[in-house]
Amino acid sequence: MRRLNRGTRARVNLTLNGRKVSGEAEARMLLSDFLRQVLGATGTHVGCEHGVCGCCTVLLDGAAVRSCLTLAVEVEGRAVTTVEALADGSGKLNALQQAFQSNHALQCGFCTPGILMSFTDFLGRNPDPSEAEVVEVLSGHLCRCTGYAGIVSAVLEAAGGRKRLP
Amino acid sequence: MKPRPFDYARPDSVEEALALLAEHGEEARVLAGGQTLIAMLNLRVVEPAILIDITRIAELDVIREADGKVEIGAAVTQSRLLAWPALASKLPLLAAALPSVGHFQTRNKGTVCGSIAHADPASEIPLALAVLGGEVVLRSQRGARVLAAAEFQRGILATARAGDELITAVRFPIVAGGAAFREVARRRGDFAIVGVAAVAERTGGIRIGVAGMVDRPAVSRINGALAIRDAIERLAWELEGYEDMHASARMRRDLLRRIGPVVVEEAIRCVA
Repeated sequence: MRRLNRGTRARVNLTLNGRKVSGEAEARMLLSDFLRQVLGATGTHVGCEHGVCGCCTVLLDGAAVRSCLTLAVEVEGRAVTTVEALADGSGKLNALQQAFQSNHALQCGFCTPGILMSFTDFLGRNPDPSEAEVVEVLSGHLCRCTGYAGIVSAVLEAAGGRKRLP
Repeated sequence: MKPRPFDYARPDSVEEALALLAEHGEEARVLAGGQTLIAMLNLRVVEPAILIDITRIAELDVIREADGKVEIGAAVTQSRLLAWPALASKLPLLAAALPSVGHFQTRNKGTVCGSIAHADPASEIPLALAVLGGEVVLRSQRGARVLAAAEFQRGILATARAGDELITAVRFPIVAGGAAFREVARRRGDFAIVGVAAVAERTGGIRIGVAGMVDRPAVSRINGALAIRDAIERLAWELEGYEDMHASARMRRDLLRRIGPVVVEEAIRCVA
């Protein structure tokens, strides 16, 4: 059994974007704060902190979850993937990010990292989604700039583009 | 906001979890998916002394069939149940209702039993458990007990769980027949203003369950397909509906009158 008393910190080991990393966290530290403040992965944004806005969404063992509704200590030994993993080392955008750019699917960009992570999980499971399915997944995110239409187009384009690949 | 400080324990077995619950009782909160609990911690609506994380107890992460029921362990996520290949054939009501539980992103972590434990009067999983006549399995160091859904849920966010008890599983009966579900919410993924579930048994019995009208899911029987509209009209007045920032009682009755017959008729069509 793992135990951690309040006011003390424990070392949390995890795989972040394919690399083994570790950092210290109190029991009450949220994964969103742990990523940003302890591990320096500031691509994950923090909005409402009660699971509504979706901008802190990351992948936990490949599944999209709210990092503000996850404790850092919960991810011990597990794999977390954040928006930093999407572009390659030279900064070249991946197909989904590229589709966001060409479809004007972002303006201020605050909500974008979470949306990208949700659709990274979703398109992995559903490579050929309908527009209704895309809208359903997008209902878990708030975007105050775009009116969502560009985001839906971008996701559909990324899915279609993927299909043309061998 | 951030949670107040608390102790954290991650037991490896149900026995260890029960020992912690026996020691801390009402001061403890059980952490499964945390999709409601961590939001409540962040808002400081709840301030437990200790969180008991049961997500790594392997024996709780199980979906199994026994005695005409599907038993779902306390660590099983809503996504996992939704992806269970037999869901549509064994539990069509849950196949219909689960997509309305929160969002894709919260279902990946939120658990089936956690929703039952939270006991929100407008939420979908407690409604499904009530209308199907399901059971909640509770364990403590004192022993185990099984409560019918109607005995378990006692009111708004209130249940019959004692402080030292752990919900280890819920059991949904496999009903031969049709099922249907609909809800009206302000936004997709929000709690329902009114949710309606219906089960039409092959043997002719029809049950309707309504969420969002009173302090818990309300289940009643409808005698015969011809009397549906009258029965729902009576039900609307009987339940009355509560008033809150989302809707008036009158609007709730109206929603029940509108979606109730559609759901019941859909369940009856599914039998054929």
